[in-house]
Amino acid sequence: MKDFIIPDRDYGTPAAKSKQMVTLTIDGFDVTVPEGTSIMRAAAEIGISVPKLCATDSVDAFGSCRLCLVEIEGRNGTPASCTTPVAAGLKVTTQNTKLKQLRRGVMELYISDHPLDCLTCSANGDCELQDMAGAVGLRDVRYEAVQTHFRAKNTSGQVNPQYIPRDDSNPYFSYDPQKCIVCSRCVRACEEVQGTFALTIEGRGFDSRVSFGAKTDTALTSDCVSCGACVAACPTATLQEKSIIEIGTPERSVITTCAYCGVGCSFKAEMRGDELVRMVPYKHGKANRGHSCVKGRFAYGYASHQDRILNPMIRENISDPWREVSWAEAMEFTAVRMKGIIDTHGRHSVGVITSSRCTNEEAYLVQKLTRAVFMNNNTDTCARVCHSPTGYGLGQTLGTSAGTQDFDSVEKTDVVILIGANPTDGHPVFASRLKKRLRAGAKLIVIDPRRTDIVQSPHIKASHHLALTPGTNVAVVTALANVIVTEGLFDEAFIRERCDWDEFQDYAEFAARPENSPEATALLTGVSAEELRAAARLYAKGGNGAIYYGLGVTEHSQGSTTVIGIANLAMMTGNIGRAGVGVNPLRGQNNVQGSCDMGSFPHELPGYRHVKGEGVREIFQKVWGVQIDDEPGLRIPNMLDAAMEGTFKGLYCQGEDILQSDPDTKHVAAGLAAMDCVIVHDLFLNETANYAHVFLPGSTFLEKDGTFTNAERRINRVRKVMAPRNGYADWEITQMLANAILKESAIGANWGYTHPSQIMDEIAMTTPSFAGVSYERLEELGSVQWPCNEKAPEGTPMMHVDGFVRGKGKFINTEYVATDERTGPRFPLLLTTGRILSQYNVGAQTRRTANVAWHTEDLLEIHPHDAEVRGIKDGNYVRLASRSGETSLRANVTDRVNPGVVYTTFHHPDTQANVITTDYSDWATNCPEYKVTAVQVGLSNGPSEWQQDYAAQAAQSRRIAAAE
Amino acid sequence: MSPETMHAKLIYQANQIAKFMESKPHAEGVALLASHINDFWEPRMRLKLFAVLDEGGAGLRPLVLEAANKIKRPVSA
Ligand code: SF4
Ligand code: SF4
Ligand code: SF4
Ligand code: FES
Repeated sequence: MKDFIIPDRDYGTPAAKSKQMVTLTIDGFDVTVPEGTSIMRAAAEIGISVPKLCATDSVDAFGSCRLCLVEIEGRNGTPASCTTPVAAGLKVTTQNTKLKQLRRGVMELYISDHPLDCLTCSANGDCELQDMAGAVGLRDVRYEAVQTHFRAKNTSGQVNPQYIPRDDSNPYFSYDPQKCIVCSRCVRACEEVQGTFALTIEGRGFDSRVSFGAKTDTALTSDCVSCGACVAACPTATLQEKSIIEIGTPERSVITTCAYCGVGCSFKAEMRGDELVRMVPYKHGKANRGHSCVKGRFAYGYASHQDRILNPMIRENISDPWREVSWAEAMEFTAVRMKGIIDTHGRHSVGVITSSRCTNEEAYLVQKLTRAVFMNNNTDTCARVCHSPTGYGLGQTLGTSAGTQDFDSVEKTDVVILIGANPTDGHPVFASRLKKRLRAGAKLIVIDPRRTDIVQSPHIKASHHLALTPGTNVAVVTALANVIVTEGLFDEAFIRERCDWDEFQDYAEFAARPENSPEATALLTGVSAEELRAAARLYAKGGNGAIYYGLGVTEHSQGSTTVIGIANLAMMTGNIGRAGVGVNPLRGQNNVQGSCDMGSFPHELPGYRHVKGEGVREIFQKVWGVQIDDEPGLRIPNMLDAAMEGTFKGLYCQGEDILQSDPDTKHVAAGLAAMDCVIVHDLFLNETANYAHVFLPGSTFLEKDGTFTNAERRINRVRKVMAPRNGYADWEITQMLANAILKESAIGANWGYTHPSQIMDEIAMTTPSFAGVSYERLEELGSVQWPCNEKAPEGTPMMHVDGFVRGKGKFINTEYVATDERTGPRFPLLLTTGRILSQYNVGAQTRRTANVAWHTEDLLEIHPHDAEVRGIKDGNYVRLASRSGETSLRANVTDRVNPGVVYTTFHHPDTQANVITTDYSDWATNCPEYKVTAVQVGLSNGPSEWQQDYAAQAAQSRRIAAAE
Repeated sequence: MSPETMHAKLIYQANQIAKFMESKPHAEGVALLASHINDFWEPRMRLKLFAVLDEGGAGLRPLVLEAANKIKRPVSA
């Protein structure tokens, strides 16, 4: 195990961005820094740490503690170095008799109102107050404070009104006001870094206290989203991780990458022995710049949850209880079964599903298993159910499915269109960066059926919220194009240079048709024409325009068409190819991008190259020594269909829970039940495992080496910080399985990777956009955005800079085709689905952490009007039914949704929201139409019949036979 | 799932593609529809499509029928 302690120096104040340089002298040394830098930071640049308490480089300086005083030649007094900017020629002194005395005086005041229980304090060794007492040479405190904040009773035994007991309501950190020095670092972190404004300083002078909003609010009931920014900023034990309180301070740290969402935040995993003490966002992480959300920062407890399965298990039939076996026996059992299926039903009767939660190297091996061992192209990934339309739509128009920007780009954006994405819940760290830009003046247009948090939140208000009817994305996007074309708002010079002008003419003619005008589409979409026109004008003419979109765009029967429409908008307004603009898919799971890059789709080899291409097949045939099938393989829904028909019999499913995450649960269940060998490779006995014959226990991201690729195409390292509790990293398990099957086929085990870096080398060797990627390179650069090759050895932060990947950008008509999923008398409401901050995807991990404190169940949001006519009150149990099935859950009556629309999340298996969703899917990619289902809602008494049956089947299927 | 519903599903999906391609210039639409199916449909699915086409293609939109001779007929499943 490697030790990656990288000094994380606190420079006291944020870096200045100016290009003007200024030279000054500090303690006799010359230093040259950008204009606007504080004296404190300038000193830190040359290694001089001026004592400080209220300053830290994640937030703007405030100048309240007066510990950082310095003297400047020719200026009066002793200014605070954190709030005083540099100027040319200044001569600064940071240490002399006078300054020493002043600082000691300041510290004395602080310490007199601070409990002196350092030895038993949880921050012992990690406390800046302690450090500063040492730094200023504080040796005694000359007076005893009569009034304090830390004594529960005063000297005469009366209750001290200033004493506030510790708030332990948040499951992950505690707030202990007696140790607070009111430096306000936490308040500023919550405002500036996170953008939630949950904390305030109440009162003045001696009475001032940090508070979670209203008097009655605890940390848990307040607006706090538990991102941990305040905890990281707090210099004392006041705001502190409970894990530190329980375990003690860490002794080493390893840089790794969050395994939850597509932002791909970098973290320091802080360890003591092989115990993970805490996860701290890594300041030099290029995706997150030192910030995090509750999931990555705190919700790692699932790794040691008791539900985790640590031994392989097998069974003859899915009605049998599980039998724990050795790895060798599990491999042999599986190999014999799979080989048997292939012999009887042919090589096309088996396949694999790769995971967007696993590493690139693991996804690569799983698709290699089907292509080089099973000899077919039956590989798919759960990215099918989220971003496959992005691949198609952007591929057709721009030439690559890649998002065009890095996250830093948002700092240069003037107008943001957010379509079908809810970043404050789904991509929280990106949302914080976006909100920061919005507070600085950028404009926001939200296109979403639901009033998401970002539409109106502290110091942010969207200029336009187009609350469209679910399923009408294409009509809205085309109407935006209609306005841009008919009002002449397009960027002719850009189009002439970068696209085909004639093609644009055709498209413009299409877009300009009267039926595409906002006035004509308003009836259909429910979006006011005036509002839509204003939004189009703002995007086209408001400066740098960037579009960010999520699953609300892709998970529709016209998902691919909407993506095409979005690319059209960006091209016609010239908003592509520089900082601050672009088309940015916000990917759901941590490695959606990577699993797609790695050839997980049945028609493409790694690097998005169609299997029909002979040259491409040739590359892999050479390396793998096999013949590669030139026909596309089955996609997940096709696999299930084929299973029902009896031509698809065996499936290896790594790190995915298709039974819970895929639409039309009943169809998935029937398909799985029809197979002879279902191999589930996961951390927990997930829902799919109820239909499995083999269960291979997986490893967590803490237990293996590898890489994840985030939504900005950034390849980040995942580093092993502890040994796999199940015995093997996931890539080793896939390799064992491949070798077992090869052996069974009398070919002989010939996979021999000994480290994931060798897998990456193979990827680099076969895939041009990864040609320059290696673990050594990642070590040097920290992370790299593909394409990374000879032309771009440092990677590519921005795509399409000097021309589109496909040559000329292509405009494609986007005809609106209404989904066949329509409301009618039986199912009069439209259901749309989404996610919330504290839970992740199907919730298998987050449900097994203290995050359940925020989301114990899925709720159905319904408009007060729709609720009233059905006699539904807030909190009632309701029955939710579609033509596919029904389930029941509790209602949340709210006007966040429009009348006629209901909304729920899908994090809990008991709810089984996908029992409701139908099998309609995107025309181009079969990405399921999660976002629109016609439903009826009515009062109910409890769980539906399906939920009861399902619970019984699951309980039956999860039995593990007692070891003999 | 019965063969009828399987066929119905494929017909539905082929028509979905057709609806998108119909908004393109005619010849391009025909060619792209065929290549889309060739590129993304596994041979088993194309076989089933041909089963429908060989019966006269009832239920398929005209663009699919027109593209039929450009769709690759799988040798065997
Ligand atoms: S955890 Fe985050 S949201 Fe909560 S108070 Fe701290 S900074 Fe604010
Ligand atoms: S809680 Fe910590 S960061 Fe906040 S004011 Fe108190 S000491 Fe400072
Ligand atoms: S879940 Fe996403 S935003 Fe939160 S820490 Fe992990 S990568 Fe960052
Ligand atoms: S650090 Fe400068 S005033 Fe507190």
